[in-house]
Amino acid sequence: MEPTLDQYLLVSGALFAIGLLGVIVRRNLLIIYMSLELMLNAANVALVAMSRFNGNLDGQVMVFFIITVAAAEVSVGLALIIALYRKRQTAEVEDLATMKL
Amino acid sequence: MEGTLFNIFAGLAVLSALLVVANPLSRNPVTSALFLVTTMISISGLFVLLGAYFLAAVQILVYAGAVMVLFLFVIMLLDVQEVARRKLNLVSLAMGFIAVGALFLLYKSSLESTYDETTRHHEVVETVQAEAKSAKAVGSTRALGQALFSKDKGFLLPFEIVSILLLVAMVGAILLSRKEPR
Repeated sequence: MEPTLDQYLLVSGALFAIGLLGVIVRRNLLIIYMSLELMLNAANVALVAMSRFNGNLDGQVMVFFIITVAAAEVSVGLALIIALYRKRQTAEVEDLATMKL
Repeated sequence: MEGTLFNIFAGLAVLSALLVVANPLSRNPVTSALFLVTTMISISGLFVLLGAYFLAAVQILVYAGAVMVLFLFVIMLLDVQEVARRKLNLVSLAMGFIAVGALFLLYKSSLESTYDETTRHHEVVETVQAEAKSAKAVGSTRALGQALFSKDKGFLLPFEIVSILLLVAMVGAILLSRKEPR
């Protein structure tokens, strides 16, 4: 039996919630970044499922662009993390509190 | 058959995503990165089930390949030692779980209310799904290429803009991670 749109959207929502949990709960910059990737992928699953059940390829084109933008985002973000680590010798968000009042 | 495969891939994706975020055995970033690879591969399995063959291949090439290798490189470069396990702030942990769980339940109930008898949405959904059975959007490389590059309703300008974005990202990454910024 073919899975329904709802099942795919539920998986996508679960992945997004887990990613959000990671961003909120974890303290390591790298793991926060991985959780961000997870959230982007959850959105991708939703878009591809919508595209499938609408009989229209536009959603898949959107996902194609999202993957490209995510790759660019990862390269710049990781470079920022490296630059930050050179300055501060830490990758924990709790130690990066200079702008906190 | 498809239902079984969907259950396997979806279960694996959600389980390994949980292990990325909250692994009870290890808080090493490398473990998280490897479980993220498992998640990406399961998601690409879901893409195959959805008929998005090209995107499934791209998902593995770009995410499981390039992005995760980049992540592992950075972990190696940072040389994060097993930091003394910091005291977890239990209150904020519980608050995070509650907030995200509530958000997910809200989402789930909104999905279920789509089939509410009082609304007419379920008819719409069923028509769309019945149409999809006949339409079957299959994202083969050829079909996706035609959708991207067709002259009248293609995505030629966004495609060019994205290529410039990639160039900017490359220059930015090199500039940011140079030894002495000047």
